[in-house]
Amino acid sequence: MSETHAATAPRDLILAQRRRLSWPRVITSLAVPAQLRRFLSPLALVLLWQAASMAGLISPRTLAAPSTVLASAWELTLSGELPSHLLVSLGRVGAGLAIGLSAGVVLALVAGLSRRGEEVVDAPMQMLRTLPFLALVPLFILWFGIGETPKIALVALGATFPVYLTLFSGIRGVEPKLVEAGQVFGLDRRGLVRHVVLPAALPSALVGLRYALGSAWLSLVIAEQINANAGIGFLINDAREFLRTDIIVVGLLVYALLGLGADALVRLVERRALAWRPSLIKG
Amino acid sequence: MTDRTLRVRNLTRRFGSNTVLDSLSLELAPGSFTALLGRSGSGKSTLLRTLAGLDPAPAEAVLDLPRPVAVAFQEPRLLPWKKVWQNVVIGLEGRALRDRAEAALQEVGLGRHLDAWPATLSGGEAQRTALARALVREPQLLLLDEPFAALDALTRIRMHALVLELWRHHQPTTLIVTHDVDEAVLLADRVLVLDGGRIAADVTVELPRPRRHADPVFATLRRQLLSALGVELEEAA
Ligand SMILES: Nc1ncnc2c1ncn2[C@@H]1O[C@H](COP(=O)(O)OP(=O)(O)O)[C@@H](O)[C@H]1O
Ligand SMILES: [Mg+2]
Repeated sequence: MSETHAATAPRDLILAQRRRLSWPRVITSLAVPAQLRRFLSPLALVLLWQAASMAGLISPRTLAAPSTVLASAWELTLSGELPSHLLVSLGRVGAGLAIGLSAGVVLALVAGLSRRGEEVVDAPMQMLRTLPFLALVPLFILWFGIGETPKIALVALGATFPVYLTLFSGIRGVEPKLVEAGQVFGLDRRGLVRHVVLPAALPSALVGLRYALGSAWLSLVIAEQINANAGIGFLINDAREFLRTDIIVVGLLVYALLGLGADALVRLVERRALAWRPSLIKG
Repeated sequence: MTDRTLRVRNLTRRFGSNTVLDSLSLELAPGSFTALLGRSGSGKSTLLRTLAGLDPAPAEAVLDLPRPVAVAFQEPRLLPWKKVWQNVVIGLEGRALRDRAEAALQEVGLGRHLDAWPATLSGGEAQRTALARALVREPQLLLLDEPFAALDALTRIRMHALVLELWRHHQPTTLIVTHDVDEAVLLADRVLVLDGGRIAADVTVELPRPRRHADPVFATLRRQLLSALGVELEEAA
């Protein structure tokens, strides 16, 4: 008798525990799907902001109401103003990234794959990277004037270092045992680089790419403060002159969305290119 | 036909003042299965790496080795970013590589894992892939450096059977490094003990296969080899 009692007691206990644990989960999962729940508090903040604006607590000269921002965004889009500025900004980032990423990759390959290359390339790169590259703006203006060149150069510079550093360390960090295996199974130097070294360095290089994109946006924002007459930065500066906080916020939103989009793009590339990683293998 | 006997003479390897191989000589008959025993740090891997061409042989050494050579290490050393079949044929060129990989993988019982990522394989499966990668090259010399040391006991037993089967089928001259005396006696026709940089003991195993631990000859060989390794047993039989 005491035996059956002992056998049932723990089960009752577990059931009771399970019931107690599951209550809060039931409530929250009934209300909103899990993925949407993290957007709840930002949404609440926006609503609060709207309410404060409507109540006159926030003056439009300080910060326009969300509804005004949306209306302005719509207007600017319809008039073609926003798309044309966006295109200019994208062009700068695209050109700067193309130059910066190429430079970073080439330099990292030279330094990573040969001792001589490392001696020549790595020391100056390591010194230059300690320099906050945005501090170079005055020098760039002196060198390149105030046209497109300094803007693109700044974006390029911002993108070069993250890619260089991560690709270089990725190449140097390749597992020697894998290189050895490649050698013993007949890969020559080119084959080793292609089948062993570069794939091994790719995860690290993609982290670098993500940093490079972030850095490129930052460079763009700074660069577009330099006497631009087109681009999102110009749109923002111009709006400042007329105290149009709504347009400023639209510009900021566009910057944010571009950053988010770039990040999503890298994630997509990662998921494709690193499908072999244990963390990405599911089923 | 060329003589496929493996011959090594006067092989000396030093790391600083540490003489690991001391004018070592070795001869292995074509198609033979030999095990190499030795204490940890006695130079087994160094010898194997020299035979595999991974370490340079000193000029005064005479090396006459069957080729092609294939190696399996203690770790599978698969490239994680290549599918299993691509790992098997890494470094090979020519047509129908996938078919060749499939045939080799089928031989080691992994015919269904062609397109798997190495990260999804168990330890035993990964090591079998490494065996397939060695076999697909149809090596005349197969070098195995403690290939089963990291596997659990049950998997190891299965791998023993697999290696013997593959050896019988392909007949490469096989040299397996192990620190496990039982494994040596179970698998090999000849067991060498490396000590002081030379072959300190050379024991022929004339047991018919499949071999059983319970065999009295097994026990005698075992004691003999352990004693060559400096381990004296007071066994209560
Ligand atoms: N690249 C190396 N540099 C210096 N010493 C080494 C190197 N490789 C091996 N050794 C030394 O040589 C000895 C034999 O090593 P190894 O052949 O790996 O032994 P085993 O495989 O028999 O355990 C050890 O003392 C080891 O420290
Ligand atoms: Mg070893």
